[in-house]
Amino acid sequence: MDDERKVSVKKMSDEKITTDISFTKEILTKYPKEQRYLLAILQDIQRHYKFLPRKSLSMVQEYFDIPLSRLYSMATFYKALSLKPKGEYVIKICDGTACHLRGSNIIIDEIKKLLDIVPGDTTRDGRFSLETVNCLGSCAAAPVVVINDRFFGKVTPSKLKEIIEEYGGNGDE
Amino acid sequence: MEINSDGRMRAITDTSFYKNQTRIALRNCGLINPEVIEEYIANDGYMALAKALTEMTPQEVIDEVLASGLRGRGGGGFPTGRKWQFAADAKGDIKYVVCNADEGDPGAFMDRSVLEGDPHSLLEAMTLAGYAIGAQEGYIYVRAEYPIAVKRLNLAISQARERGLLGKNIFGTDFSFDLFLRLGSGAFVCGEETALLASIEGKRGEPRPRPPFPANKGLWGKPTIINNVETYANIPVILLKGADWFGKIGTEKSKGTKVFAIGGKINNTGLVEIAMGTPLKEVIYDIGGGIPNGKKFKAVQTGGPSGGCIPAELLDMPIEYDTLIQAGSMMGSGGMIVMDEDNCMVDIAKFFLSFTQEESCGKCPPCRIGTKRMLEILDRITKGEGKEGDIELLESLAKSIKASALCGLGQTAPNPVLSTIRYFRDEYEAHIKEKRCPAGSCKALIHYEIIADKCKGCGLCAKVCPVGAISGEKKQPHVIDKEKCIKCNSCFDRCRFDAIRKY
Repeated sequence: MDDERKVSVKKMSDEKITTDISFTKEILTKYPKEQRYLLAILQDIQRHYKFLPRKSLSMVQEYFDIPLSRLYSMATFYKALSLKPKGEYVIKICDGTACHLRGSNIIIDEIKKLLDIVPGDTTRDGRFSLETVNCLGSCAAAPVVVINDRFFGKVTPSKLKEIIEEYGGNGDE
Repeated sequence: MEINSDGRMRAITDTSFYKNQTRIALRNCGLINPEVIEEYIANDGYMALAKALTEMTPQEVIDEVLASGLRGRGGGGFPTGRKWQFAADAKGDIKYVVCNADEGDPGAFMDRSVLEGDPHSLLEAMTLAGYAIGAQEGYIYVRAEYPIAVKRLNLAISQARERGLLGKNIFGTDFSFDLFLRLGSGAFVCGEETALLASIEGKRGEPRPRPPFPANKGLWGKPTIINNVETYANIPVILLKGADWFGKIGTEKSKGTKVFAIGGKINNTGLVEIAMGTPLKEVIYDIGGGIPNGKKFKAVQTGGPSGGCIPAELLDMPIEYDTLIQAGSMMGSGGMIVMDEDNCMVDIAKFFLSFTQEESCGKCPPCRIGTKRMLEILDRITKGEGKEGDIELLESLAKSIKASALCGLGQTAPNPVLSTIRYFRDEYEAHIKEKRCPAGSCKALIHYEIIADKCKGCGLCAKVCPVGAISGEKKQPHVIDKEKCIKCNSCFDRCRFDAIRKY
């Protein structure tokens, strides 16, 4: 299964890169060649492609004339940057203190059962990614789940099942 | 909503939640429209800046902040005025003002409230700081996870520029100052000041040893002050009403107010701003409204991952920087998480440590390796595999990490473990010696069972079970399939006949 997953991820990222590499070019023209803008550039690329495509990183590397390892060190340091493509729907489960006390770990277990992914993973069909986040400042509604930009509060395992089904996910994946 | 005995609705300022609060940092939050600069100006906004630029010297501004006794609200509690004085005294023509708005403590969201509800107060305060130390530029480092805050800050900055409150020759004086936004990227360690500066410079956000302190060598090697959002939010009020007025609020060593985010097992969740020195009890029972569902209060956690748990016997303690440290916790950024009898203290310690372990940047070995070893031990204990001597080993590791870690993240990471051992050692021992979780929270150590005598066969538990682990004929005692059970507690919560037992 793991091999299959790798293949599909690779295929997906290749497709994306060939379609709109011009966006990376566009970003680079907006910023002067100074290190202080490096993080902002990587953030822009991440926002557009939902990850950092290898080709884009090579272009950034050439633009700044720095080793690729430096970009790699940035990409692996900051949680918001990702070297792997994210799914169409990014499920964020808040695991801040208030959510933890009110059972966010149960919600994480439930997602694993429904979609067979753990935090940091993407489903094989590229539809769902799962992440945990520290605190969304919505502690009154704990436990909180966010799918793309939509918030769900006071989530229970049965409510979660309905939510996931609404997004077209079922237990068979 | 609270109703008086005569049936009339109580004014919001008279409700138990608000009447014991003193709002300085949050003075405008929820009251003005943060996207309209005129509303801020109508509430004395930018008055302090006008007064400082036209009537006061930079040194007089610093003196006022010094005299107010204001201490940093981001955690450490360093006197703000002294920080400003160091940066003002540092040699150099180029200086910077930085705002730490990378609020990452789980369970704390007061900075977000100011950024979203009163962004101009931050802009005004940073401009004042720029005037005081002789800076020309400022940077706000804000969490990308707060999209509304980012939007409103951008809007506020452009409004201030349009009206000449940022930019060249502010209020027609020689003073020029401008502000820029930088977005964080989900690294908790960037809340540490040297790591934050590295991140603004476009590098990995790793801390570096101090000294040199940022006041001497900060952003791009220039003298820099870094304050937290809540600290800045106090500044305009201090300058307008005076240090004497501010000094009358709070206690001798902790002046003014502090905003806390109360959450967890409490009736009234939310932000409260109280005068320093208010007893914990008052915050939890009078303002917070106590513990829901008739449960027993067990502990309150303050200071987030750097703080500790304070048990019931210390509830009369006044909230101050120093009393909290004596109790083995700290002020931190102001998270206040209430726990009841169902929360396991070993699990809480594990939760915070796994947070710091995950967020450790890896630069220094005590934090990178030490917290990992501690976490392994805690994990073992909560799984019922704890060994004799584990508590002592945790204590000794904690001591070494506190003494040798490079930055505040590592130096305070063991606090949640140490404070729970200090006050709840018996819970650790129950896990290790009896393989039992007294709070019934550690999954590996609990089991669920239906007491046949009490079960009426109503079927509610079977209906609520998310995995179909409960079966039985209607009106007959049901049974739980232990293989299928995920110990989610849903059935236990649902049963009306106390027929489900946790053991």
